[in-house]
Amino acid sequence: MISPIVAVVIISSIGGFLAAILVFAERVISNYGEVKININNGEKKSIVRGGASLLETLVAEKLFIPSACGGRGTCGYCKVKVLEGGGSLLPTEEPFLDKTERTQGYRLSCQVKLRQDISIEIPAELLTIHEYACRCERIKDLTYDIKEFALKLIDPKEIKYIPGQYVQVLAPVYEGNPEEVYRAYSISSDPADNTSIELIIRRVSQGICTTYLFDHLKEGQDLKINGPYGKFYLRDTQAPMIFMAGGSGIAPIKCILHHMKNSGIKRKAVFFFGVNTTKDLFLIDEIGQFEKVLHDFKFIPVVAQPEENSTWHGTTGWVTTAVEEFLKKTPDIDKYECYLCGSPGMIDAGVKIFKNYGIPEDRHYYDKFA
Amino acid sequence: MTITTYALHLLVILFASIFTENILLARFLGMCSFLSVSRQVKTALGLGIAVVFVMTCTVVLDWLAFQYVLKPFAIEYLRYIIFIIIIAAFVQFIEMVIERYSPVLYQNLGIFLPLITVNCAILGASLFMVIREYNLGEGVVFGLGSGIGWMLAILAMAGIREKLNNTYIPRGLQGPGITLILAGLMALAFIGFTGVLTSK
Repeated sequence: MISPIVAVVIISSIGGFLAAILVFAERVISNYGEVKININNGEKKSIVRGGASLLETLVAEKLFIPSACGGRGTCGYCKVKVLEGGGSLLPTEEPFLDKTERTQGYRLSCQVKLRQDISIEIPAELLTIHEYACRCERIKDLTYDIKEFALKLIDPKEIKYIPGQYVQVLAPVYEGNPEEVYRAYSISSDPADNTSIELIIRRVSQGICTTYLFDHLKEGQDLKINGPYGKFYLRDTQAPMIFMAGGSGIAPIKCILHHMKNSGIKRKAVFFFGVNTTKDLFLIDEIGQFEKVLHDFKFIPVVAQPEENSTWHGTTGWVTTAVEEFLKKTPDIDKYECYLCGSPGMIDAGVKIFKNYGIPEDRHYYDKFA
Repeated sequence: MTITTYALHLLVILFASIFTENILLARFLGMCSFLSVSRQVKTALGLGIAVVFVMTCTVVLDWLAFQYVLKPFAIEYLRYIIFIIIIAAFVQFIEMVIERYSPVLYQNLGIFLPLITVNCAILGASLFMVIREYNLGEGVVFGLGSGIGWMLAILAMAGIREKLNNTYIPRGLQGPGITLILAGLMALAFIGFTGVLTSK
């Protein structure tokens, strides 16, 4: 009889032998040497080791290409324009690229392998996305479930963003959370100060990142963010504007209002801010101040269901109803631009109303990430 | 056995493994990739060819390992583990080679290789080869036949599914639902071949 030890030895040696062959093959066969990456026609050039996917390499170069599936070719977010050196389109990419994208040379960067020098084009704003180490300077309660976090940037020391954009906060591993996750939060602070940012965050029950921010993060501790992201910012026109926000969705609009004040923008603007009850109200006085300093700005907080004994004298009802009232009585409403921030449900409802009143969809602006 | 009868015997194994004992429709092995990669004839063909190639080669490698390592040491019961690591290593290795030396082939075949490392039809073919005590020649023919049979089945399914794109399918049945029903109907049709030829 042959002892189990022999069986173990044989299995291990076969496994070891095969592993050795693979390691050898990886060294010899899959060694593509160094390749050059040329980004946006010379704006950034780097020399990297070939063999990995374009996405992995760009991320290692600290370029944050959006990707949700981890490079498996199933989400289709990591599209970049490959001008040369990408090889031909793979069947795994075909479902994610339409005809125009294919003729323009778009590829899924997770499926493009670096085998030779390559030149690519990525949206300019991706070049400005960085990871930032920062320190939590102050945590302030705004309501029972919304806090304001002030973050001081440590490395790099300054951030450049367009007012209205958002950053992603990294929730590290903590008890009850086995892996790192990123969650997006809009910047709410005055953009004049580019060495620190503020975020307004509502606690999500069971939320991985908000549990970290609310229960674990203390003033004085360090955390990591990256950004900025998003297409929610003031368009460069003279059109009058409607802002509409619910709860913590006030954040990017506050940032935009600061920006309008700083740059002396004199556009007509009205801001509808919806909350459920009076105890959900916050920053009312601060935003109200903008009515005095801005050229033509009106702030209308709307409480859906004020408590019976409350002293609330403002508008009541759903914020969408209040907006609809405004749309009904305003002439030239189709000239307006609409900026929305809040829950997906609120954005959908808002978009529907604006469309009904003749504001075309290419003038509705929002980032849906809640 | 004369050479002609042996050749005939191999031919019977080939046809049996393609049609009457189709590894997918009669044994239901390799269902996962069959269901998920059968949306387009083009990709199904690429995957099918990759399966034919890998199945034929791994049957040979597994036969050698079985005859010259597992049998002499009387550890045949470990064949599941040994076969699976041999298949995985072979697929990895071949992928690297193809990727490096033949971009065209990689384009058409290589990208499917990672998908079939864990295709149970591949392991199934090697295990059938052991159960039926094939010699090397029979094993190769059986591996080739099983691969071709698998490819034909997935091609047929992809063809049907391309036609289905233009058809109304109730919402609950769209995707995997209707595909499983189709696979069942195809398997029923293949039952008609049962016993016509045997690969024993």
